[in-house]
Amino acid sequence: MSLLSIKDLKVSFKTRRGDVDAVRGVSLDVAKGEVLGIVGESGSGKSVTSYALMRLLESNGRVTGGALSYGGIDLGTVKESVMRDLRGREISMIFQNPRAALNPIRKVGHQIEDVLRRHSRATRSNARAEAIKALEAVRIRNAEARYSAYPFELSGGMCQRIVIALALACDPKLLIADEPTTGLDITTQKAVMDLIVDLIAERGMSAIVITHDLGLAAQYCDRIAVMKDGEVVEEGQAERLFAAPRHAYTRKLVDATPRAGASVRSLLPSELRTAAPVLAKATAPLLEVRDLVKTYQGKSGPVQAVKGISFAVKKGQSVGLVGESGCGKSTTSAILVRLADPTSGEILFNGEDLAKTPAKDFARDPRRARIQMVFQDATDSFNPRHTARHSIGEPLARLSGLSRKKRQDRIDELADLVGLPRPLLDRFPHQLSGGQKARVGIARAIAVDPEFLILDEPTAALDVSIQAIVLNLLVDLRAKLGISYLFVSHDLHVVRLLCDHVIVMRDGEIVEEGPADRVMEAPTHPYTRELLAAAPTPPALAEPTFSAAE
Amino acid sequence: MSDLATASLPAKQPDGALAHAAYVLRSNPVTLLAFSMFAVLLVAAILGPALVPYDPMASNAAQALQPPSFDHWFGTDNLGRDVLSRVVVATRLDLVISVAAVALSFLIGSILGSIAGYWGGWIDSVLNRLFDTIMAFPLFVLAMGIVAALGNTVENIVYATAVINIPFYARLVRAEVNIRRDAGFAQAAKLAGNSDIRVLAVHIFPNALPPMMVQVSLNLGWAILNAAGLSFIGLGVRPPTAEWGIMVAEGANFIVSGEWWLAIFPGLALMFAVFTFNLLGDGLRDIVDPRQRT
Repeated sequence: MSLLSIKDLKVSFKTRRGDVDAVRGVSLDVAKGEVLGIVGESGSGKSVTSYALMRLLESNGRVTGGALSYGGIDLGTVKESVMRDLRGREISMIFQNPRAALNPIRKVGHQIEDVLRRHSRATRSNARAEAIKALEAVRIRNAEARYSAYPFELSGGMCQRIVIALALACDPKLLIADEPTTGLDITTQKAVMDLIVDLIAERGMSAIVITHDLGLAAQYCDRIAVMKDGEVVEEGQAERLFAAPRHAYTRKLVDATPRAGASVRSLLPSELRTAAPVLAKATAPLLEVRDLVKTYQGKSGPVQAVKGISFAVKKGQSVGLVGESGCGKSTTSAILVRLADPTSGEILFNGEDLAKTPAKDFARDPRRARIQMVFQDATDSFNPRHTARHSIGEPLARLSGLSRKKRQDRIDELADLVGLPRPLLDRFPHQLSGGQKARVGIARAIAVDPEFLILDEPTAALDVSIQAIVLNLLVDLRAKLGISYLFVSHDLHVVRLLCDHVIVMRDGEIVEEGPADRVMEAPTHPYTRELLAAAPTPPALAEPTFSAAE
Repeated sequence: MSDLATASLPAKQPDGALAHAAYVLRSNPVTLLAFSMFAVLLVAAILGPALVPYDPMASNAAQALQPPSFDHWFGTDNLGRDVLSRVVVATRLDLVISVAAVALSFLIGSILGSIAGYWGGWIDSVLNRLFDTIMAFPLFVLAMGIVAALGNTVENIVYATAVINIPFYARLVRAEVNIRRDAGFAQAAKLAGNSDIRVLAVHIFPNALPPMMVQVSLNLGWAILNAAGLSFIGLGVRPPTAEWGIMVAEGANFIVSGEWWLAIFPGLALMFAVFTFNLLGDGLRDIVDPRQRT
């Protein structure tokens, strides 16, 4: 007998352009003790489904059809007061962004007490002790001290643990985790997912894990439902989905999930796979970094973000810079692209030391066009008041010296090069999808023919199928234009697809460096091994013949 | 691939600024009302002297202190001047004073606030203390002091009103610029070869416009009140010029003797103008914000 059953759920939203059907007839069941994974890309309706069953839809959303039943209670018609009792005590939710889910001005311990007392799990006298117990349950060390911490004092992973503690404080029977690890480091992701799954098993709960990462779902869920455009296209065991996907969309997702043994072309749907471009062998050095140090003035004395690193990038080579947040990879890339000044060290670019020109004067430097960057957050990196055409044209107008007419031709040419349909050039950033924005960002960066391109997690915010396309685009551009890349990422699997050489950073130091295949196959440093082990391992990994058969 | 799918849809959408303005007006009746009221004010300001039935300055002792009638809708004052004509003609002067004052404080406040927000450091501290100092005064008294010290002219009313408003703009711009100083698009603009000043002026500052518009429109109403207030206490505009503040001040003497129309009608005009500008704010913001276009 299933704990939760969703029958033919339909949800629609009222928008400026009329009603939009976000969920169109979804039927799902969650049995007692089962972990169901809902996998889909952005806009597939996976989050809306869960919000609908918690009755937490935004004010313009409406359930237009279907039945929701939880342990015999009809969630669609039950009174709001009953619903309030159910939330937290019976069904509980972990949100995507742990920092946003916590009240920033209240101590985390008090926030847990609120939930406990709302559902009469604790009284005024024992609330503190119960809250500390809840913190200990999510394996927070030194729970007593953490009780009086504010969310901003805690790391992202710790915040997510608090949110889990909140969600589990009243022993709910069903846990809904909406992208519980998005934005967390890969080792933290593993720790958080392991914790969730352990706690669920320990307490005999059921769970729905909503994620865009098929590999993650495969590793942690008993059963997976794949959603697309508001419908469930396929449902089944993880192994079966990977080994023999029945729906074309599932196949596409399985293919696009980066995994050991896959090549960049094999991420694409089979009909789009062309022969991989032949890359010229890299020989002459282009960029050489010597003893780069960056020290910030922190509250408690100076903080060394980068501790004297040295490495080289050859002409036409693609180097991956891997590490978790705070390892100094973003600082390094900001210095190399000359947006920040190093404290000491040399940046030899074609033999000239770029560090000699201060960052504030580099905008007017003739070498500005030679080094460009693709930013991580595609939304944040575009001026919201400028159209895509304007944004791509900006470096051309300032750096190329082309006439207005020639610039327009060049923008059209760039749009074709990155596969952006020309009519989209006149849209504003908020009118473009994530993948389209990534293309505009790449077009802008290559507009002035740079020799060296820094790619700062250009696919981190993208759906896997879009990521596959963008990664292939980058490979093609590198072959066509002979640009050298520095690919900054936290994901070793993605880096391996694109890079010949990998640098692993931790705490401002390079811990391991070498050819991509060697670092992936036989890592020498324990930290590299830890990173590799933390990455979700899709079942396809167990059957290398599958990807080879493609 | 979904990006290709959406791309293949016809990219047909009304994207022009005019179409967007039309949408904002259509979707919000209050904004439409505010803009129509603003149009009435503009017509009165531009065409006022040509529209009014009587010469606003011509006195006629025989017709003094007539209550509202068919010939004189708003009645006549103690010198027999037509109150309706004077109220309509006064619109131009009041609007000019307030718009000029707000434009001046917008300009100076934007420049100072941008500098403080973008470069920070000691410039920021010095400017902030300066704004604190201005704001520490009772603003109307400060304006009175400035007009009294500089001389009793219309220009000085404009300067005084501008000075007391600068801190509000500067602080708003400072905050808006400060949060975008290290935004991705500002860095991208630097990579595109823009100098700091260009990044600030072309990329960051225009993004502060939507909240500024709300401030501007609230401020316009406030500036009109301020100018009228200064005239009311005898500073700035002098009789016999038609101006709402003076008319209320002169009319106030006659309220006790029962001639209420002298003060009420210019007062209502003042209220109408302030109300218009207060309503206008949100609509203006929606129009200058491209993110409102979908």
